[in-house]
Amino acid sequence: MTRSNEPIWWSLFSAGGVVAAFFIPVTIILTGVAIPAGLIDVGKFNELIRHPLARVYLFVLISLPLFHWAHRFRYAVVDLGLKGLDRVLALLFYGLAIVGTSFALYYLLLL
Amino acid sequence: MSNQSAARKSKEYVRPMPVTWWLNRKTYFLFMVRELTCLFVGGYALFLLVLLAQANDADAFAAMLNSPLSVVLHLVALLMVLYHSITWINLTSKVMVVWRREDRVSPKWIAAANYVVWVALSLSIFGICWKIAGT
Amino acid sequence: MAANDADQSGRKIILEVFRYRPDEEDEPRFDRYDVPYREDWVVLDALNHVKDTMDGTLSYRWACRMGVCGSCGMMVNGEPKLTCATFLRDYYPEPIRIEPLDYFPVIRDLVINMDDFLHKLDDVQAWLIPKEERSVSEGEYRQSPAELARYKQFSMCINCMLCYSACPVYGRHQGFIGPAAIALAQRYNLDSRDGGAEDRAEVIFSHEGIWECTFVGDCTRVCPKNVDPAAAIQQAKVAATKDLFMSVLVPHGTKEQ
Repeated sequence: MTRSNEPIWWSLFSAGGVVAAFFIPVTIILTGVAIPAGLIDVGKFNELIRHPLARVYLFVLISLPLFHWAHRFRYAVVDLGLKGLDRVLALLFYGLAIVGTSFALYYLLLL
Repeated sequence: MSNQSAARKSKEYVRPMPVTWWLNRKTYFLFMVRELTCLFVGGYALFLLVLLAQANDADAFAAMLNSPLSVVLHLVALLMVLYHSITWINLTSKVMVVWRREDRVSPKWIAAANYVVWVALSLSIFGICWKIAGT
Repeated sequence: MAANDADQSGRKIILEVFRYRPDEEDEPRFDRYDVPYREDWVVLDALNHVKDTMDGTLSYRWACRMGVCGSCGMMVNGEPKLTCATFLRDYYPEPIRIEPLDYFPVIRDLVINMDDFLHKLDDVQAWLIPKEERSVSEGEYRQSPAELARYKQFSMCINCMLCYSACPVYGRHQGFIGPAAIALAQRYNLDSRDGGAEDRAEVIFSHEGIWECTFVGDCTRVCPKNVDPAAAIQQAKVAATKDLFMSVLVPHGTKEQ
């Protein structure tokens, strides 16, 4: 048995878990309640997200939760019975998280 | 292995684990729910990504945020992500080992500190957005 | 515990016991025993009553009958329990279903094959690997109460294997090293006298070691000695992560737990 490279993915999963736990609820309230309810002006919000700090915030809020999902969902699927697919799922899910991260970087630079 | 023990081993009864194992015990079921909240965590990240992709088209941006479907999905996601937050803070507080001489700081205090930080951060972020972009 | 000093009220309780007799039948079955109910009896008492007075062929393990030896673990109504610490009164008047510990092969009746677990104790080297060799004349290894506190909780493990029976990851894949073995590895890794963390890392930090664990947490819930193996495993994940990052950032640095 050799030492695994799992720590890389587990660290990303953990970081994603922390970011999701602390920051997603309030952001959901912003985009899902405050804006539709008219408490926050959508035009000003569109301006706000262009601020460098906001871009960093959004990058972190997209990238890390995607890695969190990838790692956790991979193991959930395996736990649910598709044991043989672990390698394939890992490749697919982490790959999607990397792709998502890349797109996030791209769009945030384009803003 | 002797012939006798080999014969005995082959007669051992192995009970199969059902695919529905996670429905057989309450703790298993809650575990699976907790794990599947990751779909909403990832889902919201995806939503933000798609929203960003349209940010330069102010109308499309506003339309996406104001759509009834978006609101409904947000509310469902909020419930799921809150379940993630609470289980996450409770679990990680058991893993963070802080020693005061010979005694361990109880995970309850670590969790409490995390909850305080969570509420403080949330209020701050909402407050900042309200100040800058509030109507 | 003879039949003549059973509960005077004549109350009874039913045990539905998993039977497997490989020399007689290919398939297991359940036998029903109507045993006397006593307020102070545990499931083990009821099983001993069956074996003593009703059916001497029933096979099961037990020893200390006070929750320190770890021998009498069985599934009681689908939950892994020490039968010497599980009271009939918590189930009365409903029948009690008794089965061998989950996820282990059944040799006979309630006796499971525990070789897998014993091999894992070997694999993780669940013993002290002294940091420094000392001869007897040099005196004892010294340890402060604070140093003892670091690993004491994980040292309470009685090897009862209830945690393995609670772990769905182990249930799905018996290659998983499992809760108790990892908790015991941590017990030694955290012991100030021990220097074997590197040796254990090959096994613990492999995929079948800590990484298959998805923190279900049932192992901790069923543990009769409050070892909290789930916490031990997550702490090991943190240690493994630090280890990997340190080895990348400081390739020739000294490795310490």
